Parts: sequence; C-alpha cells; structure tokens
Amino acid sequence: MISCEEAAEICDKAQYDEVSKWRYLKLRIHLLFCKTCAQHSKKNTQLSHLCQKAELHSLTESEKEEMKTELEKKTLVGKS
Amino acid sequence: MEIAILTKSPTFSPQTMEHTHQLEPNKWVDRYSDYLFNYAVSRISDTEMAKDLVQETFFAGLKSAKNYKGDAAERTWLIAILKRKVIDHYRKINSKKGKAEVRMPQSFDEESGNWAEERVADPYSQAGKSQLENEELGLAIQECIAKLPKKQSMVFTMKTIQGISTEDICNELGINPSNLWVMIHRARTALMGCLNQNWF
Ligand SMILES: [Zn+2]
Repeated sequence: MISCEEAAEICDKAQYDEVSKWRYLKLRIHLLFCKTCAQHSKKNTQLSHLCQKAELHSLTESEKEEMKTELEKKTLVGKS
Repeated sequence: MEIAILTKSPTFSPQTMEHTHQLEPNKWVDRYSDYLFNYAVSRISDTEMAKDLVQETFFAGLKSAKNYKGDAAERTWLIAILKRKVIDHYRKINSKKGKAEVRMPQSFDEESGNWAEERVADPYSQAGKSQLENEELGLAIQECIAKLPKKQSMVFTMKTIQGISTEDICNELGINPSNLWVMIHRARTALMGCLNQNWF
C-alpha cells in the first residue's frame, strides 16, 4: 500500500487531472483504509469545487508588475 | 505636496501614532490587486475595464492617503474606493446612453455599493442569490490566497486560476515539478484551514 505522503501527492495532482488512472486507483484503495487521508482528500476535492464555483479571476504577474510601475510613478510625483 | 510624505518612508500613519492600521502603498499590488480585481470583474464583466478600475483605485488611494484615519483595515478602505469607482462607471454608461436605458442594476445600493436584499427576493431570486454567494466566496478565497507566502500564492494562482500547465509554470519561475507540487500542497492545505468551515 502507498504511504500517506504519496496519497497526498496523488490527491493534489488529481485536482488538476495530472495523474494516471493506475495511480489514482492506488489512492482510492489507500483512502478505503486511511481515515485521515480520506478526510483530507474530501476537503481537497471540495476546495477545487469551491474555486470553480467562485469563478475566480486574477491578474497576470506582468499586469501586476505594470501596476506597480504605474503606482511608483505616481508615488514619485512631487519628489523633484 | 502630501504625496511626498510617501517617498520618505514606505510605511506611514497619518496624524497620530495611536492608529492601529497603516497604509503601505508599496505592498498594495501584491496584497490586494487580485482581491479587488475579483470584485470588479464580478460587477463589470469587461476585464480590461475592471483592471483599469483597480489601477484607478490604487491611484485614488494614494491621493487620499492623508484622509485615511486608520480605523478601517487597508483592504476594507481600498474596496470602499473601488465600490465608488464601480458606481461612477455605471453612471458614466447611463449618462452616455441617456435616461431611456438605465443599465445600473436595479437593487444596487449606491451608498454601500452592495446589492440590496430585495434583489435576493425578486423573481430571479435563485440566480441573484447564488451570484451573491459566489461573489462572497470569491472574495473569501482571494483573501486567503493573499495570506500565503508570495511564491506559494503565485504558483497556486497560476495553476488553479489561470490554468497554466505545470511545465510552463516551472519554466517561468525556474523551479522543478516537485518544488511546484510541494508549494501547491502547502497552499491548498493552508487554504483549507483559512476558508471558513461553513463553505465546506
Ligand atoms: Zn493515509
């Protein structure tokens, strides 16, 4: 049987569909016997649902950098 | 000029020292831009316009920093500014289109910038209610993401919100996949702890 660490890793990857069927099956079997991982896994999956449901939006790193630059420019107004 | 105060020290508290909250404009973008952006997008579906409003909010915050009394948290103070910006945005659209077509959402409370309760009770109640709930959920999640260490929040956001592939994130940030998954794991565990139990 796989370790709890491996189970957690597979569970994370499963949230992004980045795990093979075979490894996923190993996780399911682990969850049958390990209550702690089963709970964690359930919550982890729910977190994925919540993120989807919330339709999150975010700015890209370059957009943020641009914003910082603009903000700095304004901050420097009045210096010279 | 008052703004010059900002250049002397990144952290400052106007007036007296007894205030608990301080403004730190140099940290605004990292801390609040996604939070504010999420709010703006939920009110104005035009993402470019939403981005502009967030930028304008930061400018306005800087400009009125001297009026900050320290009685509200920085985030609360900034979102109040953004709410005004959203209202102004609707006003501008309305005045352009003329009074015949009022596009301001009916139950939008101009004072608070919130949707009024009646919206929940109208014929579209289910839609209205779940929209409100999702918006609240979105803000709660963004608030928790903002509390993560910078790199964790970056990796989590790129992977989960922007849907960028593992490979591309690793290339961009110069990390290897196992680093990435460790950060994802820590971020997700922290978020589960941070998000209020009643969301689960
Ligand atoms: Zn286990």
